[in-house]
Amino acid sequence: MKYSGKIEEKVFKILMVIATYSILAVLAIIIYSIFAKGIKALSWEILSQVPQGGYYYGKGGGILNAILGSLSLAFGATLLAFIVGLPVALYINVFLVRRKKLITLFRFILDLVWGIPSIVYGAFGFSMMILLGLQTSLLAGMLTVTLFILPIMIRSMDEILQTVPIGLSEATYSLGANKSELAFKIFTRQTVSGIITAILLSFGRAIGDAASVLFTAGYTDNLPNSLMEPVATLPLSIFFQLSSPVPAVQDRAYASALVLTLIILLVSLFSRGLGKRYHKTKINF
Amino acid sequence: MEPTTKIHIENLNVYAGKQQILKNINIEIPKNKITVILGPSGCGKTTLLKCMNRLTDLYPELKVTGKVMINDKNVLEAGEDIVKLRQYMGLLSQRPYPLPMTIYNNIAFGLKLKGVKKRRNLHKQVVRYLQQANLWDEVKNRLREPASRLSIGQQQRLCLARGLAVNPEIILADEPTSALDPISSQYIEEKFVELKNDYTIVLVTHVLRQARRIADFVVFMYLGEVIEQGTVEEVFGNPKMEKTKQYLGGTFN
Ligand SMILES: Nc1ncnc2c1ncn2[C@@H]1O[C@H](COP(=O)(O)OP(=O)(O)O)[C@@H](O)[C@H]1O
Ligand SMILES: [Mg+2]
Repeated sequence: MKYSGKIEEKVFKILMVIATYSILAVLAIIIYSIFAKGIKALSWEILSQVPQGGYYYGKGGGILNAILGSLSLAFGATLLAFIVGLPVALYINVFLVRRKKLITLFRFILDLVWGIPSIVYGAFGFSMMILLGLQTSLLAGMLTVTLFILPIMIRSMDEILQTVPIGLSEATYSLGANKSELAFKIFTRQTVSGIITAILLSFGRAIGDAASVLFTAGYTDNLPNSLMEPVATLPLSIFFQLSSPVPAVQDRAYASALVLTLIILLVSLFSRGLGKRYHKTKINF
Repeated sequence: MEPTTKIHIENLNVYAGKQQILKNINIEIPKNKITVILGPSGCGKTTLLKCMNRLTDLYPELKVTGKVMINDKNVLEAGEDIVKLRQYMGLLSQRPYPLPMTIYNNIAFGLKLKGVKKRRNLHKQVVRYLQQANLWDEVKNRLREPASRLSIGQQQRLCLARGLAVNPEIILADEPTSALDPISSQYIEEKFVELKNDYTIVLVTHVLRQARRIADFVVFMYLGEVIEQGTVEEVFGNPKMEKTKQYLGGTFN
């Protein structure tokens, strides 16, 4: 009995090690190939120009349309999701404290919709557009992405708000504060760096997703100039360039992927740094 | 002269599910005195204190019945005015919880809730309460720093200043010295003795010596019940109940 238990443990340990390192290897290969192929095609031209006619067949130009399009779409969607999400997360943690079952239900539903693939949000956004007779546009894409990142935004802020010690709520109430004052003046301040982390996390998801913008934001070679016009996004730009028969254009797709990866990397490093600072200040008292 | 009653607790029961945490509590807390609630860990002292300003609201699992009368109002039945009622009672908890803002704003926060708006007036009062809590000299050059940078002892004095700033009539203190060094503890004790001229103080502790040093009245609790209450001379000098004798004699099990 004892002997076989030991063998089992060994086998599982080996499997775990293999799984861990093969995943790391795959990730390394992906990142390496993006860098290796992308860095060749990366140039000032590609970063600073919009596609010229015939760009997808090897003519000159760049992906500024997609960079600015993705940034403005993700920025708008993150802002909207924050404006809606923060009050919801505060409501759950400050106003609903006495309704344990309701809170559990809310969290369960949010986790459920978090798991829905983004193509479903895209399809939903598209059917709403048909219903309202709207064209693909920056606005439609923004609203769809907002819906897609809302559960991420709310639940990650919710997790942070749960770390506020109950003693702090007690202290605040005993000074004569009401629930809104506790929520907006104390909870938000206490968790400010965690909230920023939640925002950056949501932004990363917003900018990297292709399926939710596929039918809703459309695509264009122009720079974004109106909420009601279609807008280019990096994931779709990568897709179109990669579909080109011209190898040089495919390399540009990798350069675009590199740009997207670097944006997400930057955002996530930034939020990591904030997370560290957050934990430091927490130990402080 | 008979002291007048400030807080009157009648048939107070607290349940957490099937467990009964407080059993039929009846206490009179006299005005402008220090009433010490004494008892071993887990006997319900903190819960009793939380009933007085209804922080029990924050714990959905707790069910509270009975009466806690303060200024002829039953705290347990108060509606929205519980927010204002809580300002009658300053709270000092076991561990200091400074508000996540500057030292200055920790005091100003409560003042603003009370409607103090003018900057000069605000500043004057912040200074005054920091002085009253003997913190002014240590923080006068760092008022704009986050309060979390202060030492624990300083934070506890900040919490005292913050509580006094909303001008309460009662101070509820839950083992306020248990996390502090001896010097900070002694300071808080001395401050309480000084403050009782203007405030009614309810102090929870399990430290016998502390109770003996500063109590006027003592309520001895055990397993959710009040075993004995009376003046410090009565309870310490001539305890009537067996449990009290055991606890005071240190032969408690
Ligand atoms: N929110 C709660 N839910 C369940 N049990 C609780 C809760 N708060 C306190 N208790 C229980 O009630 C008893 C008294 O707790 P407490 O008032 O904190 O005692 P003390 O302050 O005297 O140490 C303990 O047995 C504790 O486990
Ligand atoms: Mg306690």
